[in-house]
Amino acid sequence: MCTTCGCGIGQALIGGHALQRSRQHGGQMHFRAREANEHVADAGASRIVKLEQDILAKNNGYADANRRYLSEQGIFALNLVSSPGSGKTTLLVKTIAALNGAQPLAVIEGDQQTDNDAARIRSAGAPAIQINTGKGCHLDAQMVGQAMQQLGLQDGSLLLIENVGNLVCPASFDLGEAHKVVILSVTEGEDKPLKYPDMFRAADIMLLNKCDLLPHLVFDADLAIEYARRINPQLQVIRISATSGEGMAEWLGWVKDGCRNAVAAKQHIV
Amino acid sequence: MHEMSLAESMLQIIEDAARTQKFTRVKTVWLEIGQLACVEIEAMRFCFDAAMSGSIAEQARLEIVETPGRGRCVKCSLEIPIATLYESCPGCGSYEVRVTGGNEMRVKELEVE
Repeated sequence: MCTTCGCGIGQALIGGHALQRSRQHGGQMHFRAREANEHVADAGASRIVKLEQDILAKNNGYADANRRYLSEQGIFALNLVSSPGSGKTTLLVKTIAALNGAQPLAVIEGDQQTDNDAARIRSAGAPAIQINTGKGCHLDAQMVGQAMQQLGLQDGSLLLIENVGNLVCPASFDLGEAHKVVILSVTEGEDKPLKYPDMFRAADIMLLNKCDLLPHLVFDADLAIEYARRINPQLQVIRISATSGEGMAEWLGWVKDGCRNAVAAKQHIV
Repeated sequence: MHEMSLAESMLQIIEDAARTQKFTRVKTVWLEIGQLACVEIEAMRFCFDAAMSGSIAEQARLEIVETPGRGRCVKCSLEIPIATLYESCPGCGSYEVRVTGGNEMRVKELEVE
C-alpha cells in the first residue's frame, strides 16, 4: 500500500512479488499537501491549466508497449473475461490439455487473492503466474507487462490471460491482447449482455459455456446470443462445454488460427 | 469499483502537470465523463476524495461535466443520441450503431495556484 495516501495500488502481487509501479510508491511520488503549502506564499492568484488528458492514457501506453512486444515475438495473447464462476479456469485447463505439446503456451492468472488458479494451471502442464490484485477489481497493462517478463515467454506462444472474475471493470482496461474473449455460462441469465453491455462491446468473441447443462435449464441460448449481438453485431459466438467437449474443436481451431497468424505477422515484420 | 484506479490515474495526471506547469495546489478539477464511459459518477466522487487525500489536490472541488452518448447507424448513417450500447437505430431498426461520442474520461482542466 502506498505509504503517503493509503491508496491500495501497491497491494498487487505478481507471482508473490510486489508490483513495481514506476512512480506511485513513496512520498516523492504523491506530493504532500504540507510540502505543497510551504510554497503557497510564493504562488500567485489562481489560474486555469488546460489538460484535456484521457484518464486511461497511461494504461493504454503500457498496453501499446505490451502489444508491440507480443507482435515482435509472434505471441497470440487473449484476455479472458467473465463473471466469477463462468468456467474460465476449467476451460483453460481443457484448452491446455488439448494443445499440450503442439503449441507453446503460458497463462497469466488474475484474482484478488490466492494462488489456487495458477496452481490448477501448472498441474495441467503449463507455466503460469498468478497476479493477486488485492482490492483491485481488474488487471491492468502494467501488471501484465511485468507478469510477461517474469514468465519469460517463448516466441510464437499462446498467452492466455485470465482476468479477475468481473463483468464490469476489466472492459475499460486494454492489456495489449489481440482479443478479449468473453465467457457467458448458461447458468447465468440470458439478458446478461444487456445488463453488462460494456464487456460484450469490448470483446471480439463470446464463448457460451456449460452448454451440456442446457437440457436441465430454462435458458434460451438463441436469445442470449441475440442480446449479445445487439451490443456488438460483429461478435463471433461459439457454443461450448469445457466438460463435455462440445464446441471445443471450433474454439481450438480459432485459437490455432490466431497463433499461426501471429507467427506469420512476426515473420512479416522481420 | 474501477473508479478507484481511475481516480489514481487522475492524480498521476495532476502530479505530472504540477511538475511541468509549476503549481503547488489544485483548487478545482474539471473532469469530463461520457454517458457511455462505464463510470459511476457517485463512486467517482467518493474515490476522487480518497485518492486526492494527502496530495496537492487534497480538498479540491471535483466538477464533473457529463457528455451525452452519441451514435451513428452503420446501415443508414443516421446520427442519433444514445443512452445505452444496445439501442437500435430509430431510422432503420439496425443494432449496428457505432458510438461517436459519450465514451470520454478526460481531465479537462484544473484551477491551480
